[in-house]
Amino acid sequence: MSALATSGTVAAGGYNFAYLDEQTKRMIRRAILKAIAIPGYQVPFASREMPMPYGWGTGGVQVTAAILGASDRLKVIDQGADDTTNAVSIRKFFEKTSGVETTTHTAEATIIQTRHRIPEKTLTADQVLVYQVPIPEPLRFLEPRETETRVMHALEDYGLMHVKLYEDIATHGHIATTYAYPVKVEDRYVMDPSPTPKFDNPKMNDCAALQLFGAGREKRIYALPPHTKVVSLDFDDHPFEPTKFDHACALCGATHTYLDEVITDDAGGRMFVCSDTDHCEERRAEGHRGALLGEAPAAIAGAAE
Amino acid sequence: MTNAMTDAPLLTAEAVTKFYGARIGCRDVGFELYPGEVLAVVGESGSGKSTLLKLLSGQLAPSDGRVLYRMRDGVTRDILTLSEAERRFLFRTDWGFVHQHAEQGLRMGVSAGANVGERLMAVGWRHYGKIRTEAETWLERVEIDAGRIDERPTAYSGGMRQRLQIARNLVTAPRLVFMDEPTGGLDVSVQARLLDLVRGLVADLGLAAIVVTHDLAVARLLSHRILVMKDGRAIETGLTDQVLDDPREPYTQLLVSSILQP
Repeated sequence: MSALATSGTVAAGGYNFAYLDEQTKRMIRRAILKAIAIPGYQVPFASREMPMPYGWGTGGVQVTAAILGASDRLKVIDQGADDTTNAVSIRKFFEKTSGVETTTHTAEATIIQTRHRIPEKTLTADQVLVYQVPIPEPLRFLEPRETETRVMHALEDYGLMHVKLYEDIATHGHIATTYAYPVKVEDRYVMDPSPTPKFDNPKMNDCAALQLFGAGREKRIYALPPHTKVVSLDFDDHPFEPTKFDHACALCGATHTYLDEVITDDAGGRMFVCSDTDHCEERRAEGHRGALLGEAPAAIAGAAE
Repeated sequence: MTNAMTDAPLLTAEAVTKFYGARIGCRDVGFELYPGEVLAVVGESGSGKSTLLKLLSGQLAPSDGRVLYRMRDGVTRDILTLSEAERRFLFRTDWGFVHQHAEQGLRMGVSAGANVGERLMAVGWRHYGKIRTEAETWLERVEIDAGRIDERPTAYSGGMRQRLQIARNLVTAPRLVFMDEPTGGLDVSVQARLLDLVRGLVADLGLAAIVVTHDLAVARLLSHRILVMKDGRAIETGLTDQVLDDPREPYTQLLVSSILQP
């Protein structure tokens, strides 16, 4: 996002800056601009083959490559964590092909590429959140014909979306969709927020940061400009409720964060920890201590000691 | 009903013609349908019945002629000039379409309640409890046990599916229902019950209906007027009992006389 003084820059290994050639980046930027102009609308783009398999974030990687500038600081998370395979490999990919600085601290990053989480720390106007999206079409499993779903979007024919929520309540007694929970953007387009947990849906609304969504296999880009109205679909008598947890984080004691369940033995032992590793580490550095932190190896307890 | 019948026509077909290349789908079909009136379109396979139904319901553009429909606001409009959005709105509020095969008219992957509720949600209902109550009312109206509201139509018998399809179409109180062989593929006792049900609903709700059928018994039971088609043309039209009891055209005579008398 910072000054695009990248043309012709060749990073180590002989790659053009951020892997993609400049014409491809132009094409992707055009799609991004259109997506920002029509919040929630899926803009088709000529998705390229990337040196990673579909499903590993090829859409997000292309969006990041198109907006990355030499002075950006990049953070990559996978289910909230900076240290899992997908996050590590994409971070290394950009280190190698662009040479930009990377970070694991949310506050320091200018671009955050994410697979299915929104960081716990409130994002600012200086930041861009790039989502990796597997299936951009919220109506896909209700109406398999792409020609038909496009018409439905064009005509705002969204009754079918509520049929799915109705089925949830009829079957489970409540809306059982917990991730990829459909939202309505600026009272117009129904959008799939990518498979983020519905816990994160409220964070999308009126977010100060620009949010970009890239789906590589499906060749679609969509966007939420800063401070866009994002409303989760629901019924009057079954209002949307973000996931709540009965536990506190076992490491940092947080009660307001999204927790991962970790099985610790084969006798039913389990612990709940923050899925946002950076946030959890920061809290521990500030002196917050969860129930199990005393038993944790020094490497995890780390800074708190 | 007599009052409504004297109003302006609900649907008017003017010399509706459709060519499939050099072949004729239907040619110069014209009639007027009044509110609350049931018109049966009869004829053998390939006589252009289904083509006519598609033309009348705007699913197919005629090669020539016009189809006019009087909207709820009283304005009569050519259905070909409606925008796609208006046509879809018409289809989920003011019109119903009952397919011969219930599978085409139902969402087989969702429960019966969701099938009935879909139109309500499409026109903006956002209260689960109310949608469900309305769905239950309609299931009972079409003689489906409300206790089976959460079952998928795949668990229903053929006759139940057809009744579910009817409930799904009538839930928004349409003024006009198109039916394409509504009793096709059902055994006779189930047919009789279905016909009885449809006849009751049509009378209760003051529905206008266009029923395409090759079964003259269905036409006799349901319709006020009848239109006999052959080779894409409407060869005879008139009051149902008059046409069936005293057919004028040789083809109609043949059609009537070919019914088996048990």
